[in-house]
Amino acid sequence: MQFMLLFSRQGKLRLQKWYVPLSDKEKKKITRELVQTVLARKPKMCSFLEWRDLKIVYKRYASLYFCCAIEDQDNELITLEIIHRYVELLDKYFGSVCELDIIFNFEKAYFILDEFLLGGEVQETSKKNVLKAIEQADLLQEICLLCLPLMFKNEYWLHGTKGNGCPGEVWEGEFLKTCCWRQLSKKLSENSEEDISIKYI
Amino acid sequence: MPAVSKGDGMRGLAVFISDIRNCKSKEAEIKRINKELANIRSKFKGDKALDGYSKKKYVCKLLFIFLLGHDIDFGHMEAVNLLSSNRYTEKQIGYLFISVLVNSNSELIRLINNAIKNDLASRNPTFMGLALHCIANVGSREMAEAFAGEIPKVLVAGDTMDSVKQSAALCLLRLYRTSPDLVPMGDWTSRVVHLLNDQHLGVVTAATSLITTLAQKNPEEFKTSVSLAVSRLSRIVTSASTDLQDYTYYFVPAPWLSVKLLRLLQCYPPPEDPAVRGRLTECLETILNKAQEPPKSKKVQHSNAKNAVLFEAISLIIHHDSEPNLLVRACNQLGQFLQHRETNLRYLALESMCTLASSEFSHEAVKTHIETVINALKTERDVSVRQRAVDLLYAMCDRSNAQQIVAEMLSYLETADYSIREEIVLKVAILAEKYAVDYTWYVDTILNLIRIAGDYVSEEVWYRVIQIVINRDDVQGYAAKTVFEALQAPACHENLVKVGGYILGEFGNLIAGDPRSSPLIQFSLLHSKFHLCSVPTRALLLSTYIKFVNLFPEVKATIQDVLRSDSQLKNADVELQQRAVEYLRLSTVASTDILATVLEEMPPFPERESSILAKLKKKKGPSTVTGLEDSRRERGADVNGGPEPTPASTASTPSPSADLLGLGAPPPAPPGPPAPPGGLLVDVFSDAPSAAAPLAPGSEDNFARFVCKNNGVLFENQLLQIGLKSEFRQNLGRMFIFYGNKTSTQFLNFTPTLICSDDLQATLSLQTKPVDPVVDGGAQVQQAVNIECVSDFTEAPVLNIQFRYGGTFQNVSVKLPITLNKFFQPTEMASQDFFQRWKQLSNPQQEIQNIFKAKHPMDTEITKAKIIGFGSALLEEVDPNPANFVGAGIIHTKTTQIGCLLRLEPNLQAQMYRLTLRTSKETVSQRLCELLSEQF
Repeated sequence: MQFMLLFSRQGKLRLQKWYVPLSDKEKKKITRELVQTVLARKPKMCSFLEWRDLKIVYKRYASLYFCCAIEDQDNELITLEIIHRYVELLDKYFGSVCELDIIFNFEKAYFILDEFLLGGEVQETSKKNVLKAIEQADLLQEICLLCLPLMFKNEYWLHGTKGNGCPGEVWEGEFLKTCCWRQLSKKLSENSEEDISIKYI
Repeated sequence: MPAVSKGDGMRGLAVFISDIRNCKSKEAEIKRINKELANIRSKFKGDKALDGYSKKKYVCKLLFIFLLGHDIDFGHMEAVNLLSSNRYTEKQIGYLFISVLVNSNSELIRLINNAIKNDLASRNPTFMGLALHCIANVGSREMAEAFAGEIPKVLVAGDTMDSVKQSAALCLLRLYRTSPDLVPMGDWTSRVVHLLNDQHLGVVTAATSLITTLAQKNPEEFKTSVSLAVSRLSRIVTSASTDLQDYTYYFVPAPWLSVKLLRLLQCYPPPEDPAVRGRLTECLETILNKAQEPPKSKKVQHSNAKNAVLFEAISLIIHHDSEPNLLVRACNQLGQFLQHRETNLRYLALESMCTLASSEFSHEAVKTHIETVINALKTERDVSVRQRAVDLLYAMCDRSNAQQIVAEMLSYLETADYSIREEIVLKVAILAEKYAVDYTWYVDTILNLIRIAGDYVSEEVWYRVIQIVINRDDVQGYAAKTVFEALQAPACHENLVKVGGYILGEFGNLIAGDPRSSPLIQFSLLHSKFHLCSVPTRALLLSTYIKFVNLFPEVKATIQDVLRSDSQLKNADVELQQRAVEYLRLSTVASTDILATVLEEMPPFPERESSILAKLKKKKGPSTVTGLEDSRRERGADVNGGPEPTPASTASTPSPSADLLGLGAPPPAPPGPPAPPGGLLVDVFSDAPSAAAPLAPGSEDNFARFVCKNNGVLFENQLLQIGLKSEFRQNLGRMFIFYGNKTSTQFLNFTPTLICSDDLQATLSLQTKPVDPVVDGGAQVQQAVNIECVSDFTEAPVLNIQFRYGGTFQNVSVKLPITLNKFFQPTEMASQDFFQRWKQLSNPQQEIQNIFKAKHPMDTEITKAKIIGFGSALLEEVDPNPANFVGAGIIHTKTTQIGCLLRLEPNLQAQMYRLTLRTSKETVSQRLCELLSEQF
């Protein structure tokens, strides 16, 4: 896949992901051209079209168009389902996703996409695995917020046994092992239906 | 604001986004953004150190502003700082900013790479994941330089987490795409192949993409992936829909992985091992069978995923092109889809059938669907589907259905979408020419094309119809009559005026006997269009008029009046003016004989591939058209009955445009270029580069290298290597051509052909046997050519090689280095003898001299070696000046023997040479001098 664009019926770009190096100018030109072409198409038309030397696969979900550019030998139908799986992931994560979720949490939309597609190729097709990765990251964030103020109040953590004044090493090493990950695994097992074993502690 | 805000919400960011959304106008938005940018800038520049959270928030705001389409020129440094934060959330935003807003600022790249390096080494899988995502997203050369060596290690290390392996595989893929030279192949490749066996389907999915891309470039190295991929695929397609748990998508087991595995298999020919091959055939049959089963779900996702696998399987079947049974089944399956209610499936079925039509095994099966496809052309509401239908009709066309298909395309053209008209015009023109049995039909078709879609008829199309009419005398009278009738229409397209003007100028005499189309009527008809036409067309009509002067003396006076009128003689356009002046003068001063010679009927054009085809190829990209070409080559003979397109050499054909304008009488007009470049006549006759067999780039250089040697590599590209070994004695020679297949895939329909022009055939006789049409991967086949030099010759034969590699048709042409000097026999002689003979050959025609600049360093020993390699004897102590080189020899041909003397005088100071050849025959002196001059 060469790139993926999400845009609204009004033609506003909501998300753009480029898997080939292009200049900003070129990206803008392509976006303009494609948004125009796709928006001009009627609902019953087929989801594929030839554009330059690429194939465009697009689908509309409510007010949003999802549009992928793939190469000549790539499979159109499976790309259509890539789009659908991404929508499912967003939906599951946000809980019936709407355009506003993507506007206000655009960074999350990018993070989810990165877990699903990397370098233009499908990285992980299991919905559970993708969401697990994102949820773990979210939990990490919550725990950071929870623990860090505590942690830094205590000079010990800042200038602890390692004594080089770098909180990083402490945080990464001792603290993670002793406190954070234990809480994390507890939270994780509460949150998700299945047992997540955190092998990498 | 949305209810959900996972993780830590950034309130400031949400407020800002709300503000932007509430802006009523573009101006208000820009104002708000500028305010925010100023705020962020002051925060970043402020004395107070920002905490991580604020930094993250501001970087995130900048990112949002950038994604709105505004330029961001600061904040990169802050983002880079975030990378080394230990808080996951800050790091993540930092990486996101870098991924979206890469800047090739070298200073920053170093810092970024450092941060990535630390994260990769952290052994914390979440951080490693972020770092790998960043590399894959940016994929720049600098990153490849820094990490291309490292990532393979991460990928194959035993203790790497599955999720990290997945990211590493795709990260490496991205780097390989941008900088293949920086990704070293090595031990890791074999271990990567074994990831196809991994337990974790996510790892297999990511690895398959990587292996596919690597295998395309290094097929040999990844050959073992074939059997692994087949067994993996087999396990997937035979699994129950619940076996694969979360990898089952709407009751379809692992559709993404299945598609990728089928793609990987398309990098290779059918497996050689019968067991693997059998298992693969089973898989493909199972996939085809499943298409017939009732759907397990009504959801479109189910049918899409299932059919995605099916279409990919069909692609593989077509790629292998070896199992007639599977091909016909695939065709029947696609036939069902042609009438499916889903537009998407109809579209894909049409597209896929196009490739199927080019296979020998399924061409007939595809043809049975002609009515459905024609119907699609008429009823589909979506232009992109109709376009596919046009493509398919073009692909399935052969002699048996050409009339029907061309008629349908023509009638569709009347209502066709503007965007695809030109392409349809080209296709109709090609089909009409290719499958014309009766050339009156061809002429009618093209005139219809001009009538229906004149604006879309490109020059190539009407040039071509003229070439064909000129080359076939059986159709000339009909063509003249038809264009004459077509021109009667009150409003006719300018392209018709061009064709009409040209054809009547050449063949108007064939219909002049009929009083309804007497010369005067023909002339008046054409001239009534004159003033409505553009300059190039008027120029063409002026040429028609002067041809009329020759054909019909009775209208000479009328035409002279027209030429003499001010609107012609004083026309503001220099080309028109010049033509009027010259033609008028020509008609006045030249005798009937001269006029008849100058304006003689056009000689036939050399046979060559239609330039229309080249144009279509250019328009559609090579893959779409060549498939058709390839397969048809065996079925349909060339349009003019010519066996093969001849190489692009028209030197021997008199250029009619030169005849017309290079008159004996001095032109009274101010001297200008005889025909401006791009002038109409020049264009008509210029030899458009033939798309079938342009000489391979660099082949001229290679050719020159073989003048002084007999063995070596003549040509090499990524697929094919051609080596030569040859020996010559007197007027006979024998050459072995070695064709090496550099890939691991079979070449099919491998046909090398030696092409000689008529002139060359008369002077050089070549005999050879055809080679086996299949060249296995890595194999070499040889072909022996027996050569006899009948008399001296100038041109070189062209070796044209055509074959199929993978799904594509390959076509290579190289000049074969059989040159006159190969038939040299060296002659030793003393100084006295040499000069005596030298003087005997003092007739000016016998001597050819060339002074030229040295292209290579002027080394005495190398020069000597070259002269000996050239074939003549090198005579020492003959020339009074020891720096000069002198040679002598005899050229043997079947009919005569020609004595040759040569002298090469180097001038070191000027870095020049003077080469003098004296032989008993002018053409021999000329040719030897040309050949030898190229060597120094």
